[in-house]
Amino acid sequence: MSRKIVIEPVTRVEGHGKVTIHLNDAGEVEQSRLHIVEFRGFERFVQGRPYWEAPVLVQRLCGICPVSHHLAAAKAMDVIVGAGTGDGLTPTAEKMRRLMHYGQIFQSHSLHFFHLASPDLLFGYDSPPETRNIIGVIAANRELATQAVLMRKYGQEIIAATAGKKIHGTGAVPGGINKNLSLAERDVLLKGPRPMNADAMVQFAQGALEFFKNYYSKHKSFIDTFSSFPSNHLSLVRPDGALDFYDGVLRAVDADGRKILHDVECQDYLAHIREEVRSWSYMKFPYLRHLGPDTGWYRVGPLARLNTADFIPSPLAQKEFEGFKNVTGGKPNNMCLHTHWARLIETLHAAEMIRELLNDGDLQGTDLMVRGKREAEGVGIIEAPRGTLFHHYRVSPEDQIVMANLIVSTTNNNEPMNRSVNHVAKALMTGAKEITEGMMNGVEVAIRAYDPCLSCATHAYGSMALSLTLYDASGDVIAQRTR
Amino acid sequence: MSSRSAPDRASPEADSAPPEADSAPPEADSAPPRILVYGYGNPGRQDDGAGVLLVEELAAWARSGERPWLTFDSNYQLNAEDALAAADQDVVIFADASRDQLEGFRLRGLQPSAAVSFSTHAMSPESVLALSAELYGARPAAYLLSMRGYRWEPNGALTREARKNLEDAKAFITPFLDRPAVGLPVPSA
Repeated sequence: MSRKIVIEPVTRVEGHGKVTIHLNDAGEVEQSRLHIVEFRGFERFVQGRPYWEAPVLVQRLCGICPVSHHLAAAKAMDVIVGAGTGDGLTPTAEKMRRLMHYGQIFQSHSLHFFHLASPDLLFGYDSPPETRNIIGVIAANRELATQAVLMRKYGQEIIAATAGKKIHGTGAVPGGINKNLSLAERDVLLKGPRPMNADAMVQFAQGALEFFKNYYSKHKSFIDTFSSFPSNHLSLVRPDGALDFYDGVLRAVDADGRKILHDVECQDYLAHIREEVRSWSYMKFPYLRHLGPDTGWYRVGPLARLNTADFIPSPLAQKEFEGFKNVTGGKPNNMCLHTHWARLIETLHAAEMIRELLNDGDLQGTDLMVRGKREAEGVGIIEAPRGTLFHHYRVSPEDQIVMANLIVSTTNNNEPMNRSVNHVAKALMTGAKEITEGMMNGVEVAIRAYDPCLSCATHAYGSMALSLTLYDASGDVIAQRTR
Repeated sequence: MSSRSAPDRASPEADSAPPEADSAPPEADSAPPRILVYGYGNPGRQDDGAGVLLVEELAAWARSGERPWLTFDSNYQLNAEDALAAADQDVVIFADASRDQLEGFRLRGLQPSAAVSFSTHAMSPESVLALSAELYGARPAAYLLSMRGYRWEPNGALTREARKNLEDAKAFITPFLDRPAVGLPVPSA
């Protein structure tokens, strides 16, 4: 008799989801699925609202990555107001937005690594969840925990200084930005009392990388093989191939490094990206149109970005990037837990770029806005901490939004997250008659590598936890656990 | 809807008493304790923003007079860096919307919780306090002011019922913020 396991909801990711695992008569894992059980409704909500409200409205989506939505919507509205795409803004506006974005990446990546990933690394994913958390990290590595708090705080202060406030920031507006960075604000962030300054943050980011690399040297086999599988990878890159979180062209490579999406313009994304609907999930499955859903699915996020980019335009991160690429001989890295490594390299890059920007006098410029020929349609794409984020709007002559389509990072990672769950399920649950803590944790670790934000992906309120149910071939529940 | 005599705030459960603060309780003629009021939630999600709106309105009220002992802050969610802010205070009052079937609102004491409910990208108030205690040795007296919410859609404004709860909560907490020596009607450790 075949069986089915369900895990719902998943801890330490946002939104609401469950995992189901089906076993066949031989007790082998036949099929695993990450289900998203909330409903998308945000696109309809913004219809009828004035286009200039979008950069603030979209922050209602989620409290986890509001800055990413704020900037993606602002970029789309730049196109609507005729300010061009990406590089059409004034230097002050573009650099203020970039600083805001680097602050977001820095604090989000720091949170993920120190608070969500490092407990798994420090204590092992089979350790009890009561100790596998940040309080446990304090006991095991006080310095790491202290730095984590300060990195989060620093990133939040960057956001507050550039977006105007922490909640529902208004910094980015269609065609530019509504404030520059005063010298006083700059000095606090650049040269504040140690450790709350840019130099210290670069050092903290380097320290985090050393922590990971030290762990990797002792647990290479686990890190290399846990939920490792080939995939395509997609992200923005700068037109010269550099890693760029804020703007660029869309590039995808396959598992061997061949380009399968050749640096296409963001405004043309619909010609290249499609979303498949599957009956068992509210979250769609994006894929490259010319390859189809079976072979055109892709990963996004830190691992994907380091696989698509040719180089990182900051010296310390570039050096780390070279070491990262050496592990796979320059080929794309398809090892799921190497995402943590990639995330830390990006954290270092963000810290370097924050320091570079704070030394740039353009941030004190007063030319903040650009306007041009009004357009009816605009696309804004950004590399959010979790991966590529698409915002696409059409606006009526009366300035009302008449269509919105958002493809969030977690949706882009839908297929790879499902494959990761399947990979782990096959390794841990074949022949299972009950759901152990180790099984629950293994599935969580795989999903968590993608740092999913299901609240955002489903456009639903709230947080989630994990429940797992095991079904047999006839659909009967054999075991269920909820956390 | 709660009134000022609502039992669920005036008579909190015995195990929800706040920890003893490092500093002694304030005497009437001593310097007021440093008080942080921290609202969290998403003001774009209807009643979820009650905590943030309460803090905005209290901050506006506080600016009308000389009350240097008061600090206000807010964010979408609580997180690790808030442990730093809590460590600088004698009293921390977290304000949040609640899905619980409260009679309007409730104030209860908080203890640091080592059993961290850090299950998402956000932290609970108890885990922020635990982080503050573990990292900085700080144990401010802490409370959670919960205001019942009813709707959570991305439609902006509070429901009328949630607005009433917010107003009641504000009326309840303001005398203490104005004159901390009057104390809060919950047991202190």
